Amino acid sequence: MAVAQAKLDAAAARLAALSLPQTGWSAAARHDAAARLQAMGMPGKRDEYWRYTDPTSLTTADAPHARLFDAGDEPAMFDAVDRVKLVFVDGVFDPAASDDPVAAGVELLSRVSADIHWAQGLYGVLETRGQTPVARPLAALNTAAATEGVLIRVTGKAAKPVSLIYLHTSESSDAILHHCIKLESGAELTLLENGPAAARFNKVLEVEVGDGARFHHVRAQGRDHERRAVTHIFARLGRESLFKSFTLTANGVMTRNEAIIELTGDDAVAHVAGAALGDGDFHHDDTVFITHAAERCESRQVFKKVLKSGAVGVFQGKILVKPGAQKTDGYQISQCLLLDDDCQFLAKPELEIYADDVKCSHGSTSGAIDETALYYLRSRGVPLRQAQSLLVQAFLAEAIGEIEDEALAEDIRARLEGWLARHGQ
Amino acid sequence: MLEIKNLHVKLEEEDKVILKGVNLTVEAGTVHAIMGPNGSGKSTLSYVLSGRDGYEVTDGSATLDGAELLEMEPEERAAAGLFLAFQYPVEIPGVGNMTFLRTAVNAQRKARGEEEMSAGEFLKVVRAKAKTLKIDAEMMKRPVNVGFSGGEKKRNEILQMAMLEPKMCILDETDSGLDVDAMKLVAEGVNALRSAGRSFLVITHYQRLLDHIKPDVVHIMADGRIVKTGGPELALEVEHNGYANILAEVL
Repeated sequence: MAVAQAKLDAAAARLAALSLPQTGWSAAARHDAAARLQAMGMPGKRDEYWRYTDPTSLTTADAPHARLFDAGDEPAMFDAVDRVKLVFVDGVFDPAASDDPVAAGVELLSRVSADIHWAQGLYGVLETRGQTPVARPLAALNTAAATEGVLIRVTGKAAKPVSLIYLHTSESSDAILHHCIKLESGAELTLLENGPAAARFNKVLEVEVGDGARFHHVRAQGRDHERRAVTHIFARLGRESLFKSFTLTANGVMTRNEAIIELTGDDAVAHVAGAALGDGDFHHDDTVFITHAAERCESRQVFKKVLKSGAVGVFQGKILVKPGAQKTDGYQISQCLLLDDDCQFLAKPELEIYADDVKCSHGSTSGAIDETALYYLRSRGVPLRQAQSLLVQAFLAEAIGEIEDEALAEDIRARLEGWLARHGQ
Repeated sequence: MLEIKNLHVKLEEEDKVILKGVNLTVEAGTVHAIMGPNGSGKSTLSYVLSGRDGYEVTDGSATLDGAELLEMEPEERAAAGLFLAFQYPVEIPGVGNMTFLRTAVNAQRKARGEEEMSAGEFLKVVRAKAKTLKIDAEMMKRPVNVGFSGGEKKRNEILQMAMLEPKMCILDETDSGLDVDAMKLVAEGVNALRSAGRSFLVITHYQRLLDHIKPDVVHIMADGRIVKTGGPELALEVEHNGYANILAEVL
């Protein structure tokens, strides 16, 4: 089928507005990515996976403005965690505010001059694989045009979590970051990300999880109401490896989080979870594609959204079990709590199974707050708003429970409780 | 303490009248029992007093120490000292029992302008009270009523009552679904709370609960009204002869 001219034009216009590095170790990968994007065009509203989310504000040549959010005196996210801090201001690395990346074994995309063989084998590679069977043009755009990012190769158990802090200081910033992480056999790393990053943020994270390696990812996307973000995680998992990713989203006029995970080694485990809360013109989209390509792998998708005053939530989750991926254990749940009648939750769970000895289940629910539970709490003296807040937290508990590190989970819970107490749910 | 006058209530959704002029006065420090056949309006009375949605009061009043209950939000009624032990305690997945209890205790204290209980003090008190009700630490950690047996749920209600120290306690068929030992345990919990400043309204189908929680006054409710009031002997009469005789006599 011919690609609509408008989509091709949009891709050309977007690329024309960017300056793509022509030399350096990643030049070839970037060149290929630009060509991919030019061939597939920008996403359009009629694309199967963009029917519920209008891609326009993510694809225009200029980023729509986003006012800055004042979090007041609230301590920064993950403040209590001993971590390697790397700060990006509107997408630009801020060395003064950061720990020394080199000492922590982290290379920066903008500073790498010599060939990094392992990174060449990863940069744009998983993204390219992830373009089939579903095109992801904004990820190709990212590979072509990313201006910054981290390259981390982990060989043992990382001493501290690596914490990427994304500050947003300009109302018109348009940031494109691309991170590559390679965990060698048996290695372990926790990656933390937080902050809105920019008025518009396009981020790709490529993660290669080697045999027996463990990767933990916890992120919070920043509470600027008008910020827009499109993020992709591309992960490939080796034998007996573990991948766990949790995302907290509160506010944001446009969020599209994609996770494309391929279980290629036997007995690998992948969990992706998200908790999202928003009101008004909040639009939040989780699009997940998990491919089981090996035996006895386990995958879990746990996504919860709390919507208020006209907010929209989208979940598109797929489990693909390839021929021969026997004993697959796939689970998927997407649930939405609609606090007002004018909110919308659009869910599209998909299972595609080509092996005959697998266990796959999925569920999706949307509903109002449980009135009986609310009455029960109130009958014990808990005021209405506090009772609602408790029930919202309870609703999100399963997703937050996917965070393995209890201290990190507790940080998320406490913060959520504070937000709900201050702003109502 | 509790004074209900000419209370008329209908279901909001349908035009069905449930309470047709209930009059009831519970004095401080007394235990009143309400018995009555199925569908007589006993549970509706408890829900209306505690402020559940879905009911419309068309006439009458209900006051607690002179304050009009029916105009208050459920949480205000609780803070004013009203407590309903539910016939079917509600399961709340995701909310820890301990968190729930501490939130409730402190919300009520806050509403009354009292100082909140510290975590340490709360823990000490709750452990002691849970122990007498044979509620173990594991049960306190679990989500509210989730996976609790019938007996555990009812004991959990009594624990809430013990922690919240209300002055007017309504027990809605607390004996239903309990074996004899569990009923004794619950009754002991209730009896331990009896005091000069605290009253009870015990709703039950059976005399046997009243063997353990001895009432001062027994009311028979039928067709949305209190039709007969007497001493503990009235409950025995029901136990021996059923409701038919009493109802034939009064209706």
